Amino acid sequence: MRRFALIAVPYVWLLALFLVPFIIVFKISLSDLALAIPPYTPTMRDGIGDMFAAFDFENFVFLTEDDLYWKAYLSSLRIALISTFMTLLVGYPIAYGMAKAPDEWRATLMMLVILPFWTSFLIRVYAWMGILSNEGLLNQFLLWLGLINEPLVILNTNMAVYIGIIYTYLPFMILPIYAALDRLDESLNEAAEDLGCSRMQAFWLVTIPLSKNGIIAGSFLVFIPALGEFVIPSLLGGSGTLMIGKILWEEFFNNRDWPVASAVAVVLLLILVIPIVLFQRNQQKQAEAEQ
Amino acid sequence: MTQTVFAPWDDPNQKPLIRFQNVTKRFGEFVAIDNLTLDIFEKEFFALLGPSGCGKTTMMRMLAGFETVSDGRIELSGKDIGHVPPNKRAVNMMFQSYALFPHLSVWDNIAFGLRRDRKSKSEIDARVDEMLKLTRLEKFGRRKPHQISGGQRQRVALARSLAKAPKLLLLDEPLGALDKKLRQDTQFELMDIQESTGTTFVIVTHDQEEAMTVASRVAVMDEGRIIQVATPANIYEYPNSVYVADFIGDVNIIDATATPTGENTYALNWIDGQPPITAETKTTFSAGQQAHLAIRPEKIRISTERPDEAANALQGKVLDIAYLGNLSTYHVQLPGGQVIKAQTANTRRIARRDITWEDPVWISWSATAGVLLEH
Repeated sequence: MRRFALIAVPYVWLLALFLVPFIIVFKISLSDLALAIPPYTPTMRDGIGDMFAAFDFENFVFLTEDDLYWKAYLSSLRIALISTFMTLLVGYPIAYGMAKAPDEWRATLMMLVILPFWTSFLIRVYAWMGILSNEGLLNQFLLWLGLINEPLVILNTNMAVYIGIIYTYLPFMILPIYAALDRLDESLNEAAEDLGCSRMQAFWLVTIPLSKNGIIAGSFLVFIPALGEFVIPSLLGGSGTLMIGKILWEEFFNNRDWPVASAVAVVLLLILVIPIVLFQRNQQKQAEAEQ
Repeated sequence: MTQTVFAPWDDPNQKPLIRFQNVTKRFGEFVAIDNLTLDIFEKEFFALLGPSGCGKTTMMRMLAGFETVSDGRIELSGKDIGHVPPNKRAVNMMFQSYALFPHLSVWDNIAFGLRRDRKSKSEIDARVDEMLKLTRLEKFGRRKPHQISGGQRQRVALARSLAKAPKLLLLDEPLGALDKKLRQDTQFELMDIQESTGTTFVIVTHDQEEAMTVASRVAVMDEGRIIQVATPANIYEYPNSVYVADFIGDVNIIDATATPTGENTYALNWIDGQPPITAETKTTFSAGQQAHLAIRPEKIRISTERPDEAANALQGKVLDIAYLGNLSTYHVQLPGGQVIKAQTANTRRIARRDITWEDPVWISWSATAGVLLEH
């Protein structure tokens, strides 16, 4: 009985905070737009039987008809993939440096990585607007150095979105990689060198494979929120930046089309579920192979 | 038929494989190795023995190339290797933690070094199989390191470090993680492998029994210096200092003033109210010089009656008995309060032991039983 109660806690948690909201969103995605409160029909007030009878997949069909949506999905995927990769390129050396730092420095470095979270996310994104704009700090600095003659256009381009995503999600990449590297025994690298590896070979043959789990975990922690990211593309991106999070926001708040917005959200979730399931399968297979 | 004794260190024509010449290693202010000179010869099984922090691990890491030399030079086959990086040295190391790559199978661990040398596939296969056979791991090639026992991991580490057929193999506390019984078996296995491969082994250990068992020569170290280098038997029987005598095995140290009584014989006045001790030594002491007599417990006889012919005999009473199964160590207190340890083999069943606590006993030893040391 006690064991059951213990297992029940996470299941109840998932049920209440994930499954129930998902069912509500899914239900809305099956209904039609209406000028009412709430702005869709049918609802429970029409009677359960009638409500189910009126459900259809019209909104999902609509998503396939207007090429805006699949373009936005693809563009989001592309932006999320590229920025995850770039976050990895920036985050790995930082995590590596932290893991190799003297013990007395580690707590401080960890603090520095986490410190940005103490400020509101919105304020930090606005700060980037100040840095990246045509008259911003970055352009002023580069002009002063004489590296450029006229300001670079970074704000309101995809580049600004990449910078924003890398900056925002960097800690999520650093922490799991750091955790993996921190556990790594220094004598493994020495053994690799002793057996004929150069420093660089030892890094590729020992350090990278042994921090693989940290890399995968960090990449998912960045990729998943980046895919549905809305604030960064709307504030830093331009009119050319197509991301599904932004479309979702517009459907919901500008068009007040809850059913289509819900359909967009359900498809987004399905897109995210696929890599998560694949990842977990892979982990499970690995665990089985090791036994 | 005369058997040739393996003792290249006594042959002035032999060229050493490794030569430490006035090597000093400093870490900031701390001197880890202090102006150390040492030769190690081919096919030796050389043990560096000392308490933790004595510099033995630093010496090994300098041989492997993980630490540079602050002063002096280290030669391998006559060539200075001071600035050769670890991956360019014909030296391999077996790490204390074994440092097996957890993501690779036993087979791939052993093949790791061979692959770096860009050997052909058939060559690698043959060599890995040979190593697996040598360490009796044929059945475990496909397993990952976490799927085998501690003793097997130890053998994988050995196989991996031997795979490249190094000129010199370094072993850092190789048996430290094994339990006592397995450690003893593995010591003999190590000796067999060392002999069959003909590789020079340098082992670092703090376990004096281990060093004595496996090594052809032992270097006893303290505070970055080598106190004595000798064969295990000589280290035990002829320690050159109280430090070495005390570090290796059990010993009674008697502080005394020496008075010459004849050629090589001395009378040792060690405490008021006790007759002087007679000792023989080749070392010369002047009259009244401080001397320390180091005498092993097993060289002291214990008896209930006064022995007839003994250069030294003292009476006391049994304070304590340490029963070790095969041996018993008696702590005998003399009238002046000093405690001398005497050891006997338990050749009889314990029920027939005739000496017990509080018994008055005689302890005795010959003039040559102990070693007279200056410091």
